[in-house]
Amino acid sequence: MGLFMQHLCEPDTLCHHFLMVCYLAAIVWFMGLAFEPFTLRTYMSENAMGSTMVEERFSSGERALSLAKEFDAHKRKAGGMPMEWLVKAMQARGLEVFTQSFSRKLPFPDENKERYMVRGTNVYGILRAPRAPRTEALVITAPCSPGNSNNQAVGLLLALAQYFRNQIFWAKDIIFLVNEHDLIGMQAWLEGYHHTNITGYSPLQGRAGSIQAALSLELSSDVITSLDLILEGLNGQLPNLDLANLFYAFCQKLGVLCTIQGKLQRNDWDTAEGYTHAAQTMMLMVLKQACGRSWGDHGLFLRYHIEAASIRGINGFRHYKMDVATIGRLLEGMVRKLNNLLERLHQSYFFYLLPSLSRFVSIGYYMPAFGLLAVILLLRALDLWVNLGAPALEAVDGVTEAEQPSGPGVLTVLTPVVISHLTGVALYLLPVHLQEMAVEHFPVSETEAVVLTAVAIYTAGLALPHNTQRLLSGEGTEQGWKVLKLTALLYLAVLLGCTALINFSLGFILAVTLVPITASMTPHMPKALSALAMVLLSPAFTILYCVFIYQELIEAPVSVSEGWMLFLSVISQGILDHALYGSLVYPLLALFIYPCWLMFWNILFWS
Amino acid sequence: TFFQVTSVSLFIAEVYTPREVNTDGSIAAEDLNERQWQSTDVEVDRSDGTKDSESFTAAAARDQFQEELVIRPLHSGDIYASFQFRTLWDIDFLQERQKVSHYRLFPKSLGQVLSKFSVRELHISFTQGFWRTMQWGQPFIPSPPGAELWVWFHDTVSDVDGNWKELTNVLSGIFCASLNFIDLTNTVQPSASFKPLGLGNATDHRFLRYATLPREIVCTENLTPWKKLLPCGSKAGLSVLLKSEKLFHSSFHSQAVHIRPVCQDEQCTSKAWELRQTLNVVFDLYTSSQGKKEWSLFKMFSRTLTEACPLATSSKIYVDITDNPELFELNPVTPLLSQAVVLGDRRTYSVFDLTRAETFGQLCSLNLLLRDMLRPLLHAERYVAGFGLQTGEIHTVIYNNHPYRAFPVLLMDSVPWYLQLYIHTLTVTSKSRDNKPSYIHYQPAKDRHRPHLLEMLIQLPPHSMTEVTVQFERALLKWTEYTPDPNHGFYVGSSVVSALVPSMVAMNTNFTQDQPLFSSFVPVKEESSYFVRVYTEPLLVNLPTPDFSMPYNVICLTCTVVAVGYGSFYNLLTRTFQVDEPSLPLEKRLANLIRRIRGVPLLA
Repeated sequence: MGLFMQHLCEPDTLCHHFLMVCYLAAIVWFMGLAFEPFTLRTYMSENAMGSTMVEERFSSGERALSLAKEFDAHKRKAGGMPMEWLVKAMQARGLEVFTQSFSRKLPFPDENKERYMVRGTNVYGILRAPRAPRTEALVITAPCSPGNSNNQAVGLLLALAQYFRNQIFWAKDIIFLVNEHDLIGMQAWLEGYHHTNITGYSPLQGRAGSIQAALSLELSSDVITSLDLILEGLNGQLPNLDLANLFYAFCQKLGVLCTIQGKLQRNDWDTAEGYTHAAQTMMLMVLKQACGRSWGDHGLFLRYHIEAASIRGINGFRHYKMDVATIGRLLEGMVRKLNNLLERLHQSYFFYLLPSLSRFVSIGYYMPAFGLLAVILLLRALDLWVNLGAPALEAVDGVTEAEQPSGPGVLTVLTPVVISHLTGVALYLLPVHLQEMAVEHFPVSETEAVVLTAVAIYTAGLALPHNTQRLLSGEGTEQGWKVLKLTALLYLAVLLGCTALINFSLGFILAVTLVPITASMTPHMPKALSALAMVLLSPAFTILYCVFIYQELIEAPVSVSEGWMLFLSVISQGILDHALYGSLVYPLLALFIYPCWLMFWNILFWS
Repeated sequence: TFFQVTSVSLFIAEVYTPREVNTDGSIAAEDLNERQWQSTDVEVDRSDGTKDSESFTAAAARDQFQEELVIRPLHSGDIYASFQFRTLWDIDFLQERQKVSHYRLFPKSLGQVLSKFSVRELHISFTQGFWRTMQWGQPFIPSPPGAELWVWFHDTVSDVDGNWKELTNVLSGIFCASLNFIDLTNTVQPSASFKPLGLGNATDHRFLRYATLPREIVCTENLTPWKKLLPCGSKAGLSVLLKSEKLFHSSFHSQAVHIRPVCQDEQCTSKAWELRQTLNVVFDLYTSSQGKKEWSLFKMFSRTLTEACPLATSSKIYVDITDNPELFELNPVTPLLSQAVVLGDRRTYSVFDLTRAETFGQLCSLNLLLRDMLRPLLHAERYVAGFGLQTGEIHTVIYNNHPYRAFPVLLMDSVPWYLQLYIHTLTVTSKSRDNKPSYIHYQPAKDRHRPHLLEMLIQLPPHSMTEVTVQFERALLKWTEYTPDPNHGFYVGSSVVSALVPSMVAMNTNFTQDQPLFSSFVPVKEESSYFVRVYTEPLLVNLPTPDFSMPYNVICLTCTVVAVGYGSFYNLLTRTFQVDEPSLPLEKRLANLIRRIRGVPLLA
């Protein structure tokens, strides 16, 4: 066996071809997931939400709109959250009203949303269910956004509260929350509610037991053409698929156009356009999930094991428009079904991709695509292992081999590993901590300073191999790079495997770019060409490609310079997301993926 | 009419009273007349002359029945209606050691339970909903969501756990409730929080058992047996109002039975058993009347009152009119007013005496307006902090809203064993400073045998918020221990905060019969403070739950593979095959024997 492997995995051998086939098969498998005959139709798994169709009676759309106008006027007057008015409005509707004030200082100014020192108030009212012991609750939220947006959402929220208050059938308390400063307010509220201290703590008074599900509402116009469902949450977490099914079922029932990733469903799956459409929808989901940020206010609930989704009203250029009352009925139906739940949503899938709202790809279908990529790393590692274990055979075959009395010292392998990881730590820590110094010395803003420091450290890491070599006594041996590569391959396989289990999209995208170059990397390849390939397939360039692909998919293509600006803002958002909400993508890339890539970079320049 | 029917049945019952026959020997017709008077109109009876009534009370058992309804408009705009039915049973079978076979007003089912299990005191409550202290103030008789049962046994009982087990099963039958789910894993013996409310000061908490079932759902099947315990059933008197379709169309519903020994008279020469049946309900005016703040008995209960229970010595309705009487419009107007100091607050009530004929005119209907309310002096809430399924933290927050007085409270927590408390993480903080409890009684749980019990005496500083936190780890249960709906979560019962709260007004410490029932449940010992018990909300905690569909499939598949594959292989491998000569039937063998003797060839 050892002999077999050792000879076959050289270039232009059967094993080499096999690994190439694995890679291509993984890509093809992945692209095939969007092909409709290969996917499953979505179905409602939860019995409590299935057969018991509810009758929706909400009709106060006009009231919702007038409340929205009133809210808008008071918001303008207060220049932010109109707390007093909102408290009175909720109290008048028979809710128990509480407020929570919070303040956060961002690590550096957020230029996208133009905020640095954030101070705000969340207002929420609890509708106490009759004869329920305050053990379970549902949450409906609407953000209080600056400017003209989302007034209708707050109006609808208040109108729904008034309507719900008059019903007797509630079994769970319902919390109506208006949060300021979108995700920051939501994070403060969730931390207060669960008394957790992830990023900073602001106390909170009224509670209603364990939250079972949450819906976030975004609505900025009086009429809409379609509703968009947003599922991707923090760190790529997704709510239970039954929540998406519930939304889809009510859209079907009420005749509301519904989209996912802003894309309508097409029925012509057998044409090329139909397939491309589904593939684009799925790719968008993969990209959004991979970036690990919360794409709506719902995304932060998922950490607390609360199933949540955002519903966004879109007013497009279609002829057929729907009024607020229809959206109210849709929400009423969804909340009543959730109210019927006896257990938390757990029957359906938590890991899935959606090529359209009516079709899904479950974890069992998409995981082989990743598995095929992981096999390449493992086979390569096995090949090296066998190679290392049989040096005598190599000599017999006349392969070039350096004379050496014993195996490579631990130091040869450990030094590059430690140094790459120290670079990773520097990449993780320095950008935020050095911003003041950078601002002093260079004519840049804080945000630019942070991002450019990150880019600089990343680039500086490329010079490492020379420094590493200098630390080592004597030359690197043939054995040495093999051991290092074996370590790096296994390390990468474990890293990507764990990432793919938690966030498939991130794991898969990283694997697609990292696997081919790392699997074939040796010091004997032509230096310049390999170095170029390695840089072009490094994690930073992966992010850059993702930015361009994403812009292409949402039909807003950008030029190279715009793309570069977007890339920089993506990095700053990533660092901010980590500091504000505890997103793990930035530390994962900085502390693990980048050092791992540097180890291969080291191998390329092994002397 | 109905009244005559009852009196006749009463008469029949009393003919066969052994006691009465023993003392009197015969029954006089005038006595009977007296009794009819007695049951309809107390005033007339008293004016009639004391001699007759005394002879009557000495003759028959001095059982008494009182009924009372308190209606209190709450500041949140809701209406709180509290029924109390009190039956006094003039017998002390524990002392006399005699078999009691006669029951007059006291329900036989409960009387037998009391004597069989040597119960000294029994308190049971069924509650659907949570009493919102911040909106509604203090209830007359507090109770936690779900079912609560606490019993003091007589100190002659040797096997308390055995008695407790049997008692819960019997009560489960009587009240149609799941009380049979009470076992050792959810029973505790609080050392300080639950003192007997009746006569005698038992202090040995070995004879006390306390259990709650926070998940218990209360509905009509619990109400019906509860109503059957009343002397008039639901036929006459205030209990006519207890219609389940309205009682369960409310924000809060709680029914309870309290049995305890009390003094028969002021001098306390003899003991009697007191049975208090209480029913508290809060009606939501917002949902039922489309914004109009207006109510009447008919609107609340869909019944009106026509008469008192003929067996009752007193039957009254109190309407709380303390808050701004000019805003109220009470119809019909009653001249009777009564003042009572309840829960540290002096309140004025209009009294409607149902035993007087002139009361029955029109229905009550009154309009009222909202007002800001006083914050309740003592208030507590509880929640689970943290996320994930490994650890968590229970936070209990107790508020003392008294502006200048500190007072101690007893906090009792009973936590199921599957939440493994880290008691070293217990912290008590008031005003962000450590507040060391002066008394801690902690009994750790034993897995699958008994729950945690934590009792603490905490001094609450004036106008403060005290937070008690303790961390816990969630246990991984055995797969058969999960409930059928494990993803719903597991309940942790309410914690109990008991306190003597300093009163704003002087309390009435005299024990007199004239006091309304609602103000006399917990005897007041001091003028300056009153006893309050506050229950927090129960908790719903998710435990790590396996995916039950997967093991199910695996077990099915494995069993099939084992049964079909392995079974048949094993069979093939271990069995040896032999050609078996069938043995001949008996008659053939006999025939062959004869043939052998005869020398003829044998049969095959």
